Order: sequence, then structure tokens, then C-alpha cells
Amino acid sequence: MKATIADVEAAPTTSSSIVITDKVKLAGLALLAVALIAVFMLIQAQGMWEFVLPRRAVKILAMVLAGASIAASTVIFQSVTNNRILTPSIIGVDSLYVLIQTAIVFFLGSMHPIVLSPSLNFLVAVGVMILFSLIMHRLFFTELKSNIYVLLLMGIIFGTLFQSLSSFLSVLIDPNEFLVVQRRMFASFNQVKTELLTLSYAAAAATALYLSRYARFLDVLALGKEHAINLGVDHHRVVRGLLVSVFILISISTALVGPITFLGLIVANVAYEMLSTYRRLPLIGAAILVSIVALVGGQLIVERVFSFSTTLSVIINFIGGIYFLYLLLKERSA
Amino acid sequence: MIEVRNIYKSYGAKTVLQDVSLTMEKGKLTSLIGGNGAGKSTLLSIVSRLIPADRGEVFIDGRSLKEYHSSELAKKLSFLKQSNHTNLRLTVRDLVSFGRFPHSQGRLTPSDWEIVDRAIESMELEEMQHKYLDQLSGGQKQRAFIAMVVAQDTDYILLDEPLNNLDMKHSVQIMKLLRRLVEESGKGIVVVMHDINFASTYSDHIVAFKEGRILYDGMTDDVIEPNILREVFGLDIQIGHVCNQRVCVYFASNAWPS
Repeated sequence: MKATIADVEAAPTTSSSIVITDKVKLAGLALLAVALIAVFMLIQAQGMWEFVLPRRAVKILAMVLAGASIAASTVIFQSVTNNRILTPSIIGVDSLYVLIQTAIVFFLGSMHPIVLSPSLNFLVAVGVMILFSLIMHRLFFTELKSNIYVLLLMGIIFGTLFQSLSSFLSVLIDPNEFLVVQRRMFASFNQVKTELLTLSYAAAAATALYLSRYARFLDVLALGKEHAINLGVDHHRVVRGLLVSVFILISISTALVGPITFLGLIVANVAYEMLSTYRRLPLIGAAILVSIVALVGGQLIVERVFSFSTTLSVIINFIGGIYFLYLLLKERSA
Repeated sequence: MIEVRNIYKSYGAKTVLQDVSLTMEKGKLTSLIGGNGAGKSTLLSIVSRLIPADRGEVFIDGRSLKEYHSSELAKKLSFLKQSNHTNLRLTVRDLVSFGRFPHSQGRLTPSDWEIVDRAIESMELEEMQHKYLDQLSGGQKQRAFIAMVVAQDTDYILLDEPLNNLDMKHSVQIMKLLRRLVEESGKGIVVVMHDINFASTYSDHIVAFKEGRILYDGMTDDVIEPNILREVFGLDIQIGHVCNQRVCVYFASNAWPS
């Protein structure tokens, strides 16, 4: 009985001290993100503020939204599938977005309104993505009984198929039209369209609102399907809602920056390693901040160190990959 | 009362349950016995809405399972599968606190924490409650999962081989706890059991399955009979009386060379 009392007394202090170190880490990440954004905005402006600030602000806004979308969608997806290796990008969700764009140009031509108007284009593409998320939910979570290996296999095959189809269609189209696709798909941060940016923020806000209905189920879902059902989660409906949001978020990030395969995997796992909590909301927050730090920091390196001679995804995959290996080795020796 | 009416289930060409009907009451401990593949676990999964039945219906307190909202049912009925695993890095206390989710949707009140503490105590997990699950042995982990179900505090508790992985001491401790929940709190507990002696000692009601059908369904003393058990398990089982308990000896000692 004595032990019990001691433990009960110890319990709040242990758990709150964990929360405190997590809070410190989150605050540190937020500070780092803000500092990097400030550096990005102010570096080498040479007094041309009116010219430099708005252009850089657009880039920053695009990076913040793309980073947040990739990070949040990855952590949500991994909570649903109960693993920390699969990400929407690895199973080809962003390749699907690229294929949709290529197919639109291929079948409708580069002068069609769906191609010319960024907003219309985005809305049509997101509509098709939502349709695919429902198909995937039906196929995978209903028919195939949520077997993770089947999802992995299916995802990798479909991802490759989507990529091959995209390059097949690009080979067939007129070179001038191909340039249109290319500009859309490899839209690096150097040419963000403001119209698309506003629309993306609106879509992200709507998705966040929709997600807030499901947020409280994330921890329980991450515990595993059977436990979630036991604890009263309507698994079918909740997973469907979450998958739809994941596909929308990936559409947003791909529309803004193109596919960045490993960013989601890296930032989600860095968040899991950094925080001691299993709770999904702080983990999503940490992943978003790591993602913003990676994108803004990476873009700074691309612009100031390599003066645009390399691309952002190379930097991110290189630094992120090294950090990830370090985490794995540390885990093994611990 | 849980009523199972005319349940059929097959996987492809293999029929797992054939016209199974039974009732399991509150304030009783019901054991489901039978050989491997007899359909016990499948029935438990159907009652706990993990898998749908091909035909037939399940009623809980007079209402069909289909009419319950998932969150409502989670306050009435809980279940635990035989092998439990989670990819989350959780402490024992975190895991047990998940049992309060149906009642508090993740925002635990002081009274929820009290129930969590009591559940931890009932499984004698106080000393390891701040340890992570991956630091525990199989049996300790199993007890932590059972504590989660205890914290869920539902009228009905379905357990698929809860004694899996447990040593004798903790098996007895869990069966005693289940008895206490039945007698003091009036819970209806259904357990899939492989050890016939645990079933005979602790249950009120035994249902014997063979090849997807119910062979016998009755009070414990009526089912623990040599000819019934021979039919259920295909084994010659001697039954002795030790300390007022029926004890089954199934090691085929009569077949040993004398």
C-alpha cells in the first residue's frame, strides 16, 4: 500500500516533467523556425525592401503551407496504418497528383481553362484526388482487411505505375505542352502563383476544420484497429474521413512544391524521436515545425550556399537522410 | 444479457460457425471451451463487432448489435483478443488510461484517474506502471492490457484466452479478479479457455464448441463430465474431486505402460 501511495504521488510529477521537456522542445523548434524565416526574409536585401519582401513572403508562405501539409498528412496517415515507415508519398499519393495534372494537359490541351486557370485546375485535381481516396479506402480498408503488407505492395506498385504513366504521357505530348506540365509539377518556390497560394490556404483551413472532428480519435487509432473498435471508434467512418484529408493535404503540398518523397518520412520520425509523448497532436505540431525548418533552411542553403545550382529536394534528402540514419544508430546502441 | 441467435460464419469454403445460438448473462462467468478451430474466438469476434456474421444476429440487453452506435457500445461491452500488440511507445499507465476513452473521449477527469489507479492495482502493476510496454515480459504486458479492459468498466467483458502467457500465480490472480467483478459488480464475463481446470473452477456456465457448433451448454457441474469432455476434446479425461473442486486429469495417464 505504501508503494501505491508513493507511485500515485510520483505519477503527476513524472508525467508533467515529460510534458515540460516536450514543451521546451516544441518552443525551441518554433523559435528556430521563426529565426530561419527572419533570416530568409532579411538576408542580403541591400535596401530594396519593397522589391524583396513581398517576393520572399510569398515563398515563405508557400513553404510553410507545403511543409505543414506534408508533415500533418504523414503523421495522420501513419496513425491510421499503425506504422512509421509508410507515408503517403511512398505509396504514391503525390505521383497520382502529378499523373492527374499530366493527364489533364494530355487530354484537354494546354489552352483548356482547366489548365490555364490555377484555381480551376487545383479544384479539379483535388476533386479527382478525393475520389481516389475513397476508392483506396474501399479497396484497402474494407476489402483487404487492412493488411499493411498488401498496402505497401499495392502502394509501391501504384506509385511506380503512376510515375511511368506520367512520363509516358509526357513523351507523347507536344514539347510545348510538356513545358506547361513541367512548370506546374516542378513549381519550385521560385515561381509560386499568388492565386494558387490563396486558394491553397483556404483549402488547408477547410481541411483543418474538417480534421478537428476526428482529432480526438488519432491517439486511439494509433493504438491499433481492434483496440480502437473496442474503445468505441467508428473505425470505418473515421478512417475514411482521415484518408480524404490526407489526400487533400498531399494535393496542396504537391501543387505548391511538387513531390518531395522523403520529407514526410523524415519529419514524422524526427518528431517521434524528439518528443517523449505518444499523443498525436503535439507530434503533429513538432512534425510541422521540423518540416518548416527543413524547407526554409534547405531553401536558404540552395539560394545562398549553392546559388541555385542544386535543388531543395536534394538538400532535404541528403541532410534528412543523414539525421535519420543517426537516429536509427542511436536507437540501436541505446 | 447477450443473446446470440442463429449465427453462421464461413471463410471461403470453410464453415466456421453453423447455427450457433446461446445466451450469456450478467452476473455470470461463462467459459467457451473446445479444441483449436472450433469457432470460439470467431464467435467472440462477432459479438464484439470485429467481424460481421454471415447470418444471424446478436442482441445486447435486448437491442440488436447493429442498432448501437460504436461509442455507446464501448461503454457497455469491452473485449480483448488473445495476442495484443501496439506500435505506440506507451507506459503501462498510459495504456490503462486508454480504457477511459469511451467515457471521457481522451480528457480524463480525476475520477477517471481513480478508476485507472484501481485497475492498475487490481493487476498488481503499481510498481511497473511507469515502465514502457516494450520493457515488459509477455505476461506483464498481458496484465496491462487486461487492466485497460478493467478500467473500461463495462457491463460485459469478453476475453479471448486471457491466461495466454501468464504464469500460474497470475492466472489465478486474474481468475479471482474476474470472479470478484462478476460477484461484486455484477458484470457478465465471457472467456475463451483452454485450460479445462480453470474453466471448471471459476466459471458458472460452460459452452462447449466442436466444429462450429455448440455441443453442450450448461452449468459448470453438468458439463464437466467424462463422457461430455470425451466428445468435446476427443480425449479420455478422468475427473477427480480435490478440495470440493472437479479436477480434470487429461494427461492420459491410463495409457502409460504400467
